Amino acid sequence: MRTTTFLLAGFCAALAATPAFAQDAMQDMDMSMQGGAAPADARSPDYSDGADHGDMTGMDMLDHASLGMVLIDRLEYFDARDANGAALDAQAWYGNDTNKLRLKGEGERSDGRWQELRTEALWDRPIATYWDSQLGVRHDFGIGPDRTWAAFGVQGLAPYWFEVDATIYFGQSGRTALRFESEYELLLTQRLILQPRVEVNFYGRNDPQRHIGSGLSDAALGLRLRYEFSRQFAPYVGVEAERRFGSSADYARADGHAAFDPRIVAGLRFWF
Amino acid sequence: MQFPIDLQNPARRRFVQGVTLGGAAMLGGLIKPASASVDSTQSNVLSGTDFALEIGETPVNFTGTARMATTVNGLLPGPTLRWREGTTVTLRVTNRLRVPTSIHWHGIILPANMDGVPGLSFHGIAPGETFTYRFPVRQSGTYWYHSHSGFQEQIGLYGSLVIDPAQPDSIRAEREYVVMLNDWTDEDPPAIFAHLKKMPAYYNRGELTARDFLDDVSRVGLKAALASRKMWNEMRMSPRDLVDVTGATYTYLMNGHAPAGNWTGLFKPGERVRLRFINGSSNSFYDVRIPGLKLSVVAADGQNVEPVEVDEFRIAAAETYDVIVAPQEGRAFTIFAQSMSRDGYARGTLAPRTGMQADVPALDPLPMLSMLDMMGGGDHAIHGMDHGSTPGMDMGDMAGMDHGDHAGMTMAATPKVQHARSEFNNPNVDMRVDSPRTNLDDPGIGLRDNGRRVLTYADLHTLGGSLYPQQPVTREIELHLTGNMHRFVWGFDGLKFSQAKPLHFRYGEHVRLILVNDTMMTHPIHLHGMWSELESPDGGFQVRKHTISVQPAQRVTYRVMASALGRWAYHCHLLYHMEAGMMREVVVS
Repeated sequence: MRTTTFLLAGFCAALAATPAFAQDAMQDMDMSMQGGAAPADARSPDYSDGADHGDMTGMDMLDHASLGMVLIDRLEYFDARDANGAALDAQAWYGNDTNKLRLKGEGERSDGRWQELRTEALWDRPIATYWDSQLGVRHDFGIGPDRTWAAFGVQGLAPYWFEVDATIYFGQSGRTALRFESEYELLLTQRLILQPRVEVNFYGRNDPQRHIGSGLSDAALGLRLRYEFSRQFAPYVGVEAERRFGSSADYARADGHAAFDPRIVAGLRFWF
Repeated sequence: MQFPIDLQNPARRRFVQGVTLGGAAMLGGLIKPASASVDSTQSNVLSGTDFALEIGETPVNFTGTARMATTVNGLLPGPTLRWREGTTVTLRVTNRLRVPTSIHWHGIILPANMDGVPGLSFHGIAPGETFTYRFPVRQSGTYWYHSHSGFQEQIGLYGSLVIDPAQPDSIRAEREYVVMLNDWTDEDPPAIFAHLKKMPAYYNRGELTARDFLDDVSRVGLKAALASRKMWNEMRMSPRDLVDVTGATYTYLMNGHAPAGNWTGLFKPGERVRLRFINGSSNSFYDVRIPGLKLSVVAADGQNVEPVEVDEFRIAAAETYDVIVAPQEGRAFTIFAQSMSRDGYARGTLAPRTGMQADVPALDPLPMLSMLDMMGGGDHAIHGMDHGSTPGMDMGDMAGMDHGDHAGMTMAATPKVQHARSEFNNPNVDMRVDSPRTNLDDPGIGLRDNGRRVLTYADLHTLGGSLYPQQPVTREIELHLTGNMHRFVWGFDGLKFSQAKPLHFRYGEHVRLILVNDTMMTHPIHLHGMWSELESPDGGFQVRKHTISVQPAQRVTYRVMASALGRWAYHCHLLYHMEAGMMREVVVS
């Protein structure tokens, strides 16, 4: 229970730090140009005097149309100190401006099997100018028994253009988890883009069967350099270092792996 | 400031310039011989009162890739229709497509059921069907027509309207040409829309890069370079977000010819030549000039204005300007229409003989939006400057930002802005401007202080003044242009078309529309069926138009006499903004 409280506090701190709600901060700077609540004297946008749209057909506006997108953010080969294999980080969504179904998948394959694979199905709704809320389920495959979680998170764009994905999870037997990921795109040229990436995972309790320890479990820091042949097709090379902490590190060492796992990656980013 | 590498790339250059024969090759020999890019008089003109128009598909090739265009009578642009004021015209429009179509007569005052907007005026024209438009012509000047169905306006369904006055024309010219500007794309427009929804900067190849930052650091120091970016980064906006669709996909056309096709209009030295400029583009603004010639602007949106002599003018999507030039020398002159995003141009030539051409100017540097475009020119911005953002402003200017405090620009006192409730706590609104600028004498982003005399709305005065000088304004309607560039959602007052009720005008009332642009993009706003009489900042009559281009963080007001019963469209004439929600229905009853 104490760990859950810790996780919730951490989640709130993460939210505050990723200023989803930086609009407040901006108001402090005398810039009430974004977000905020309507003042009492705000006017009505309704000038209809009760008039309504007619029953004529033929108007085909796209402002409430549904679209779909598949983004393979990372599809890469990695070469680490004691393993090599493939990693995937993908998202897909379908829906309109108000409601979307969003699917996420992130995992790693080596030795001919998924070592870990996190999949999520989420209901995505905009809650602020640059932020969406997400509510749904997560299911983990890989080493050890599968785990299922309820998921609640936010995804969006923080000031200074940091893409942020922060989610809290509640699993069976009182398990909790917190995942934070952020990416940044540094344009070296219009097509050559350097992308730093950070990911941090916390868990509320030990899960020995999946070799996961409680508290700060692991953190990854990556740097990828991609070239956009087109907006939708960009190969990249990069480096990524993952560090396991606490009990997770102990599990890794017991398995004969180092807690610190640097790797070289090469892959493809594409979307449609 | 150089434009990014793309324009130096040969493959890209071909795309921008078009194939050698330009539009002449496009019609597959159907219509024009290969030399048809020369007009000694304007070709493809249909005159009279009865017209049969057929909408179908025609193969074209502007870039080296064969594509299908949607055309009128197999032409791109469609035929120029020449009407006479005081007559009644009958237009039988037959749909040879497999999808519904329509033609809207842009800027024409007519009965609502003749306006050609599916869902408001009529049900549209079904495949195989012929719809007959018939209405009296009560005005004269330069206008145009285009489809109001889907994205047909993007892929060729447009043409010019020239209406001769009932009385002898007060504008004297020995010769005249329509100069229609269009943005052609080989992509399917719905794919463009989807790209913008998934990645709004998809077509932006002018974003600031690390190199721009290092250049700024070496010029003004690290602290100042950071300060100049602070507000943009905090607001998650880009000072290079000028337009959404650019030369990354567009080839800009002049009278249906890519730049390499070099549409040419002939003249004899000493003649006065009337050029009827029409921007029939779906998502582009052009800055037009003819190096070596003064441009005497004599009409705007079909309405005659007091002649004003300029070097250059910006033409927003759907606007028209009539310009008189009087070349004295027997040489060629380039008509140069560069896109606002400085990624390409439409180009043609005025020449005494065929086969001549003049130098084509280099594109101007890609401008950056300034604090003026974000915050307006009112007290707030100035207040902000007093409180610490001055270094950022100054450095921004040094880094090439436009600034508004140049000579000739007046800052009027800012009226109280009333934001709508629906603009707050709304994910579809990315900014609000509390102190918009109200002056009309700003030529706009990329044209300020460029050393040329550039037309502004403050220069335009309709001959004869308002149509309704005696009738007081009885009601004000304030609407804010809003959007979220990151989600590619657009609207009025934070509401998309599909979320909003119609605007109601009482029949016969004289309303003042107050538009405040709460975005950082320029929006050409078009009201169907009734004139928009733009007011000067002090409330006097300025100019009568059908399409009013509202600059970022600007407030404009105009009067509308609700004299036309029925349901009318009211929208941003950037097609992708309209489709994304920046539209209202206006009901006059």
